Amino acid sequence: MVTPILPLTMTGAVVKRRGKTLLGPVDLDITAQGFTIVMGPNGAGKTKLLRALHGIERLAAGTVTWQVPVREAQERQAFVFQAPIMLRRSVQDNLAYPLRLRGVAKKDANARAAHWADRVGLGDALGRSAPRLSGGEKQKLALARALIRDPDIIFLDEPCANLDGRATREIEAILKEAQAGGTRIVMATHDIGQAKRLADTVVFLMHGKIIENRPAKAFFAGPQTPQAVALLHGDIVE
Amino acid sequence: MSDIWEGLVAGFWLVASLDADLVEITLRSLQVTLTAVVIASAIGLPFGAWLAIRRFRHRRAAIALLNALMGLPPVVVGLIVYLLLSRAGPFGVFNLLFTPTAMIIAQVIIITPLIASIAHQAIRDIWADYHDLLISLSTTGGQRIRTLLWDGRRALMTASLAGFGRAIGEVGAIMIVGGNIDHATRVLTTAIALETGKGDFALALGLGFVLIGLAVAVNLAIHAIGRTESEGKW
Repeated sequence: MVTPILPLTMTGAVVKRRGKTLLGPVDLDITAQGFTIVMGPNGAGKTKLLRALHGIERLAAGTVTWQVPVREAQERQAFVFQAPIMLRRSVQDNLAYPLRLRGVAKKDANARAAHWADRVGLGDALGRSAPRLSGGEKQKLALARALIRDPDIIFLDEPCANLDGRATREIEAILKEAQAGGTRIVMATHDIGQAKRLADTVVFLMHGKIIENRPAKAFFAGPQTPQAVALLHGDIVE
Repeated sequence: MSDIWEGLVAGFWLVASLDADLVEITLRSLQVTLTAVVIASAIGLPFGAWLAIRRFRHRRAAIALLNALMGLPPVVVGLIVYLLLSRAGPFGVFNLLFTPTAMIIAQVIIITPLIASIAHQAIRDIWADYHDLLISLSTTGGQRIRTLLWDGRRALMTASLAGFGRAIGEVGAIMIVGGNIDHATRVLTTAIALETGKGDFALALGLGFVLIGLAVAVNLAIHAIGRTESEGKW
């Protein structure tokens, strides 16, 4: 029996850069189920929050607590960056890379890579150079590479920014499939429509602080802060 | 002008007739230089990568020192290696002075900083791209270095080739520690120096053209093997 890594508890988390507070203090619980959308204007701290939860942002104060030791928790989560990072390798080698790190035999890793390439529509591109893919293809590859280790939780930083409608729909389909398979999803987005389509819970950030953290239906039906009201009305929020 | 022409003719005939001395000297040059490049690459490439990803207190000073060592005077290196390997030196017991091994040691000392420094520059750029991903995947230091070395292999080949270029043309250090002994430690560069000293400019030039041809041939061969300009490569 594998110990669940969730819920995840962030307490009093603060991220600073050159003395300036970029995030926090933030308290946040990520429960074992659901799809959390992180919203807020540019500079609100969405990326910093996701990176802090994932453990790749140094905290000036506060803690992030998993149900298992940190090292194990790191092995069982994944992150998709806004600008997908492609290894200078083929699509297949990019997909196999996380598995090879874990000591999976090359043959098995390549077989799973081929399977995931098919799942995200890159089955014909296995031998292509990953850095030469289109933006949408790169993001799908990054998503498949994150999911290939069957993470318990995946953090996504605006994965559909700069993508067209078709690529966005494909990414969302993959995410829904992953969620149905038991992967917990925490995703930042600017896209209100996307948030409505996907979210179970909405975390709304302003100036590095969480000002709303509510079930999505309640948030969209009746936002409680003027900033959230303005955002949902399509006004400019600063 | 006539010296150059005679040198070209002499070089052509040396190669065309597969002159035994020339073949021996050329093979020794290749053996010494390629061995030195392999050893220096084995040290310098991982060290350059380590320096790119590791943060420590005097990192900037270490990088500055490494860059400064690229300009290490070969004659001084030769002198130090000579003193270390001479009978009175700490490693005299190994009887390495005036052997190809001594020449390899001197060349390794000269080209390792060069290879490490160029590797550091190349890996630093890749590390900037890969940093977040490799941290996110909880890679170990060893896994990061292996990934960066593999994905940067084409850029790193340039570092090794720069080391080869410097080593194959090096004369000061290997003259001191090798002694330019016929059929033992004579290589193309020391032979050129010797023939120039004797006033046989045509033969010296001939050897020089062979040396240039050798350096170009090795570079082309390695680029061909590495397929550096292939379409679709990353």
